[in-house]
Amino acid sequence: MQVITERPLLEMKGIDKRFPGVHALNDVSFDVHPGEAHVLLGENGAGKSTLIKVLSGTFPPDSGDIRLDGQSVRVGNPHDAQVLGISTIYQEFNLAPDMSVADNIFLGREPMRRHAPGIVDRKALIDQARKLLDSLDTQIAPEMIVSQLGVAQQQMVEIAKALSLDARIIVMDEPTAALTSHEIDRLFETIQELKRRGVAIVYISHRLEEVRAVGDRATILRDGACVGTVLVAETPLDELVRMMVGRDLKDKFPKIHVEPGEEALRVERLTRKDVLRDVSFHVRRGEILGIAGLVGSKRTETARAIFGADKLDGGRIHVHGRRVKINSPADAIRNRIALVPEDRKRHGILAYLSVRENITLSALSQFSRGGFLDIQRERTRAQEYASSLRISTPDLERRAFSLSGGNQQKVVIARWLITNAEIFLFDEPTRGIDVGAKVEVFQLMGQLLKRGAAIVMISSELPDILGMSDRILVMREGRVGGEFERQEATEEKILTCALGGATYAVDASSGAHVS
Amino acid sequence: MMRMLRKASWSQIGMPAVLVGLVVVFGAINPNFWSATNVTNVSRQISVLALISIGQTFAILSGGIDLSVGSLLALVSVVCAQQMLEVGVAGGVVAGVLAGGLAGLVNGVLIAKARVPAFIATLGMLVAARGVALTLSGGLPIAGLPREFLVVGAGNWGPFPVPTIIVAAAFVVAYVTLSRTRFGRYVYAMGSNEEAAVLSGINVAKYKTLVYVVSGLFAGIAGVVLTSRVISGQPTLGEVQELHSIAAVVIGGGRISGGVGGIGKTLMGVLVLGILSNGLNLAQVSSYVQNIVIGAIIVGAVYIDVAGERRRRGSTVTS
Repeated sequence: MQVITERPLLEMKGIDKRFPGVHALNDVSFDVHPGEAHVLLGENGAGKSTLIKVLSGTFPPDSGDIRLDGQSVRVGNPHDAQVLGISTIYQEFNLAPDMSVADNIFLGREPMRRHAPGIVDRKALIDQARKLLDSLDTQIAPEMIVSQLGVAQQQMVEIAKALSLDARIIVMDEPTAALTSHEIDRLFETIQELKRRGVAIVYISHRLEEVRAVGDRATILRDGACVGTVLVAETPLDELVRMMVGRDLKDKFPKIHVEPGEEALRVERLTRKDVLRDVSFHVRRGEILGIAGLVGSKRTETARAIFGADKLDGGRIHVHGRRVKINSPADAIRNRIALVPEDRKRHGILAYLSVRENITLSALSQFSRGGFLDIQRERTRAQEYASSLRISTPDLERRAFSLSGGNQQKVVIARWLITNAEIFLFDEPTRGIDVGAKVEVFQLMGQLLKRGAAIVMISSELPDILGMSDRILVMREGRVGGEFERQEATEEKILTCALGGATYAVDASSGAHVS
Repeated sequence: MMRMLRKASWSQIGMPAVLVGLVVVFGAINPNFWSATNVTNVSRQISVLALISIGQTFAILSGGIDLSVGSLLALVSVVCAQQMLEVGVAGGVVAGVLAGGLAGLVNGVLIAKARVPAFIATLGMLVAARGVALTLSGGLPIAGLPREFLVVGAGNWGPFPVPTIIVAAAFVVAYVTLSRTRFGRYVYAMGSNEEAAVLSGINVAKYKTLVYVVSGLFAGIAGVVLTSRVISGQPTLGEVQELHSIAAVVIGGGRISGGVGGIGKTLMGVLVLGILSNGLNLAQVSSYVQNIVIGAIIVGAVYIDVAGERRRRGSTVTS
């Protein structure tokens, strides 16, 4: 780590931003020096994204000062930010997928032929792009079409684009969210390289493990306010957690032990052409079966197949000892199976429906006679579930998109509780929700177990798998790679099994590669 | 109060305000605007648009669109007139409505089972239904319909025009369906997030098909009313009416990609279009200029909705 002596390149001072009913940023300040990486750390909803949207000119602040090299500047729109040398790389990239890498890097600033203004100089375009990409030590050819690149490579294109704009400050919003661990390592190397060049990095994350690997300093935000700025090397992880959450998280894994009962779900030799092969396992009442594996090991596909969302080419499913045919999610629901999907926005929440309508969607038959709904009864029942799950919303008629990630997750869980589901397939249940909500989701699982439910939990977070599972199934390339009892399982064993001798990268969020 | 206004959406406050404004202004310009004759005229004139807009509301709410309803008016008109000459008034009416429903079923199967995008499937039907109407009729109007059929389009029931009563009944049925039945809830669910709807156990293929059957049936009823109003079967009826029905849905505040909207909102959109056109007529504004105004209103209404949405979404900050 370098010694920070010189004047900060960027200072944000006393930034305040209100939206109707929300004080999104309350007197937030931080600064970053050339060649420094400053992490903005906070739970979902803490104000990190709003802060960088202020910095990138998307939301002008209500009050506060942004200074560059000690000079007060106005960042009224994204163009101002660009001119000032501030580039933001969002989680959703701003790339034109059907155009080449080089075209994307210089979009709107294509080099022109000297004697024919208006005509793009393709050769110069490609050459300049190649130079940039090489300087980042990437293997990306400038002629490649962006849509054919992987996420990590697209991210590199974004970084190259930022450099081509002479960015002095690069803001990265949760840049590792979709990367594998190998790709994350590459990204971290690139960040080091950018720092050597004197670029200041503002790095947004809620993943604690990354703070160490990336950051020199970290500013912790909570509920739109600064909790403090710390030197990363001198601050223990526990302390960071306490600052983020505002309390000690004594028990991150509130695992309760329930004596396992009869077998609830058994799948035998599930096979789907080119996807799944001979996947067999079972789970009992009162038991959590964790499914670990690398990205691409087809765990989500397994859950979807059991739930009837994807067709199976072979295999049998038994529910409570009885063989059942599941050809659609409706069949699965009839058999008291529930799927809490990985991608909440795409597969879970119906954004424009109200919280009430989201909760009752799969159980409308309970509130209807001859197709007509009894809205009063529906409302009462939805309220019961919202209260017992402590879903935080001003009222049940709010549209679901206005809820935080953790609350949306609870809404999806409520939808299944109300169907009296007994077998829960949780696919990455803690993805994109913050530490506090995560513990609540785990506590909820405990309550389900006590009521005799059986849980299958797919997770890429090895600590979660180890902390919550009674047994652990490891999948590898669409097959079962191994199975471990809770007592014998360790991160090493699971990883070795998941890798299976192959040289695949470990999943990004396993957390096994850092800390 | 200001905060309330800021929070309320266009369709809750803005649209009714525009409606009241239109009525006041037109009433001031031409006193005839308020005459009983004019009011019943307007309600007759908008009846066909109102009926197809109800069907369109189902299609758009579910995340689709029905471009065929204008052409279906022609198809229904021809079928209705031909059957009426063969088997009488009642037979003609039933045949007309069923023809609409059948065309809707074809749309629905193409969209839900064959997975042709709704825009394309109903665009195909738009062209083909017109072709069927022209083929069946040989391109000529079918005249000589029984006088008693006039009552559907031109009759009165007490002080109320019959088509207006049909429209009112249709609105009530559609309103109850959308807000009080499972089918209605599923229509919204499909439009809000189809994948999530599937994973929630909704039989999306079935209900999607039903949506287009419903749209077709309302086009059927509309076609019968229109046939009575022109007291003949006409293969050239209804051109660009599908676009007006889409306009009515979005002016009212329906989201073009589905999930948001409703029958009340659509009714408002229909009234704005109808009153605007009537008022401008009374003010002797040329129909050419009227088109410019209506075009501007369509875009303006959606713009205000989108801008409001952006503002409100801004208030739900995530990290």
